[in-house]
Amino acid sequence: MNQNPQHTSKQQNAKTVRLMFLIVIGMFGFGFAMVPLYDLLCSVTGLNGSTTGRIQDETALTSRVDYNRIVTVEFDATNNADLPWEFRPTIKKVDVHPGEIKEVTYFVKNNANHAIIAQAIPGITPWQATNHFNKTECFCFKQQKLEPGEGKEMALRFVIDPTLPKEYRTITLSYTFMDTDRSKLKQNGDMPELHTFVISKTPNNNI
Amino acid sequence: MSAVIHEDHHHDGPPAGFKRWLYSTNHKDIGTMYLIFALVMLFIGGGMAMIIRAELFMPGIQIVNPDLYNNLLTDHALIMIFGMVMPAAAGMANWMIPMMIGAPDMALPRMNNMSFWLLPAAAILLLSSLLVQFIPGTGVPINTGWTLYPPLSVQTGMGMDLLIFSVHLLGISSIMASINIVTTILNMRAPGMPFMKMPLFVWAWLFTGLLLIIVMPVLAGGVTMLLFDRHFGTSFFDAAGGGDPVLFQHLFWFFGHPEVYVLLLPSIGVLGLVIPTFSRKPLFGYKPLVFFMGFLFALGLVVWAHHQYTIGMSLGATTYFMIGTILISIPIGLMLFNFIFTMWRGSLTFETPMLFGIAIILMFAFAGVTGVMLAVVPADLQYHDSYFVVAHFHYALIPGAVFGLYAGVFYWLPKWTGHMYNEKQGKIFFWWTTLSFNLTFFPQHFSGLAGMPRRIVDYNIQYIEFNQISSIGGFLFGLSHLLFLYIIIKTVKGGEKAADKPWEGAQIGTPGLEWTLPSPPPFHSFTTPPQIK
Ligand code: HEM
Ligand SMILES: [Cu+2]
Repeated sequence: MNQNPQHTSKQQNAKTVRLMFLIVIGMFGFGFAMVPLYDLLCSVTGLNGSTTGRIQDETALTSRVDYNRIVTVEFDATNNADLPWEFRPTIKKVDVHPGEIKEVTYFVKNNANHAIIAQAIPGITPWQATNHFNKTECFCFKQQKLEPGEGKEMALRFVIDPTLPKEYRTITLSYTFMDTDRSKLKQNGDMPELHTFVISKTPNNNI
Repeated sequence: MSAVIHEDHHHDGPPAGFKRWLYSTNHKDIGTMYLIFALVMLFIGGGMAMIIRAELFMPGIQIVNPDLYNNLLTDHALIMIFGMVMPAAAGMANWMIPMMIGAPDMALPRMNNMSFWLLPAAAILLLSSLLVQFIPGTGVPINTGWTLYPPLSVQTGMGMDLLIFSVHLLGISSIMASINIVTTILNMRAPGMPFMKMPLFVWAWLFTGLLLIIVMPVLAGGVTMLLFDRHFGTSFFDAAGGGDPVLFQHLFWFFGHPEVYVLLLPSIGVLGLVIPTFSRKPLFGYKPLVFFMGFLFALGLVVWAHHQYTIGMSLGATTYFMIGTILISIPIGLMLFNFIFTMWRGSLTFETPMLFGIAIILMFAFAGVTGVMLAVVPADLQYHDSYFVVAHFHYALIPGAVFGLYAGVFYWLPKWTGHMYNEKQGKIFFWWTTLSFNLTFFPQHFSGLAGMPRRIVDYNIQYIEFNQISSIGGFLFGLSHLLFLYIIIKTVKGGEKAADKPWEGAQIGTPGLEWTLPSPPPFHSFTTPPQIK
């Protein structure tokens, strides 16, 4: 506590304020630094279950198959935000041995009357299995373009790393196809039923 | 002391007309403007709550459509938090802190002016974000809730852009106000007012200000990314482009959890003055109480993900956040014990501020109990996003923050206006508002436990009774505030002359210097630093 506040307080204040502003700027930066840090954390730990898990065929072939264990892999498919695609796994689940290379297919068809490019985003439950679920071939490695009415089967070749902890006996692999044209999502369209205060009973769900 | 006061009369009074307010750099005038702004926002946000409760009186959709309902819900929360509680607390800080610590004004009077005047601008943006939906072609209303989670918040219409700008302005305003308050407390104390003699309210605001300086910029960054995702093709939160919506949740709650202490602490500060005053005993354990606030400040920064238990975190992370959150209830509980022990064997009187003080201790403790229930992960997986959470945070925020401010209003009205409020009316207001508050929110514990989800316009008929009780309570609660307004206006206009020391008990313990000034205090006070005996 300085003894003569009226005299030195101006400089003292300037110093304190400068320090505070530095904290503010630092924390604003910290928010943005979270973006790469969070990505890094997720790819190291598999926390959000969405690393692509891509490996080379040769690597996959070198792993020893553990015939004593069976892991059930379930397949799931979702379309994001009313993407007009038909999208489903051709089988619901398979049993595999860790280390064994397995190939399955997904069926996809574009029901819209215009071409659409979409990207499949993987998700693995439980997420702890993410870093043990390796793929040598996946339709999620690149964007998929479908002409109007076009349909096709897409391959997925995977191998479960034998290092997968024993307690995980079922893994659910889930894909969500997302339209790469995001502008349609940001609907700025008109919503006529909103323009009266006492309102129609249909919820607006054209999202 | 009186020599100092005489000297003050040589200074100019306030400038005349609108310039007094528009260009004001006087901490008392700015404090008054903050308080009036908060009062206006209380009624706007309260009006929204009335529409919400009217809609929920019956299942089905009667008054507002689902999107408008959710927009009102979003704005109700944002207005009450950013427009009401924070400005009211800042108004009290402006008025009281310089007088308490013997400073002539705030450290940065011009910045003070700007931090206030950003608020009306932000409020206009916020309200236009609600109204813009009635213009054709502006897209979907803001139907996200105050947490603004993407992907929904990326997909809503133009209202969201206005809201994001409003949040920016609110953030800048409160950062500047906090810097000002912290600087004032650190540098402007009169000689003989060391840290450990500061009134508790000043301590509480020191921590509040520091919290805001640390977390507000993170929220600003988060909503800026949202804006970029909406308009500039970035994918911070869009999985299609490699982003992750959960990242926004982390950024939001890194701000959002400390924010609840921002709302709480100023009111704890008021309690730390009111309880000793009307118990006529010094605050029990002043130093530990300051320490507990510091502990709350530090721990509060690192437990944010208890709002996100359901996103699928690792066992380690969940356990950490659970233990951290449960630990928080320890300093909170100890603070309440400090207040209880202050009352122990005191000679208590029950003026309106004290009634609020005691009610806060009782009801806020209840929020602490439901808080610990929510902190426990397996239980929270059931309670999350149900009315149980709504009940929890209304018990935390209305007693913990709002009633603390009401206690402050009644405690300081005599000092601010020079008039005593009508004690009888104050007590009627207290009982009316406290009973109707409980009538409104207590049943929500039950509907929540029975599974009623929050943020949905319609509900299953099994919840009818709980909701009708809530709605009736809500209307009564809303109505009680007309009496509040009436009391305030009447006290400002006139009434019994208040003494310079209207509460004789306020001199005990660690009093501020505000009681050495007349009621109302002169326009400029402590232009030369006071001598403390
Ligand atoms: C004993 C201390 C407390 C504990 C352990 C606690 C715990 C929690 C937990 C775990 C949640 C998340 C519930 C969920 O969404 O599933 C929550 C929500 C909330 N708490 Fe507390 N809490 C405490 C005190 C407080 C205080 C002091 C305040 C404010 C003054 C507060 C305000 C809130 C708010 C506003 C929310 C809801 C936010 C939202 O989802 O919109 N809590 N609390
Ligand atoms: Cu929290």
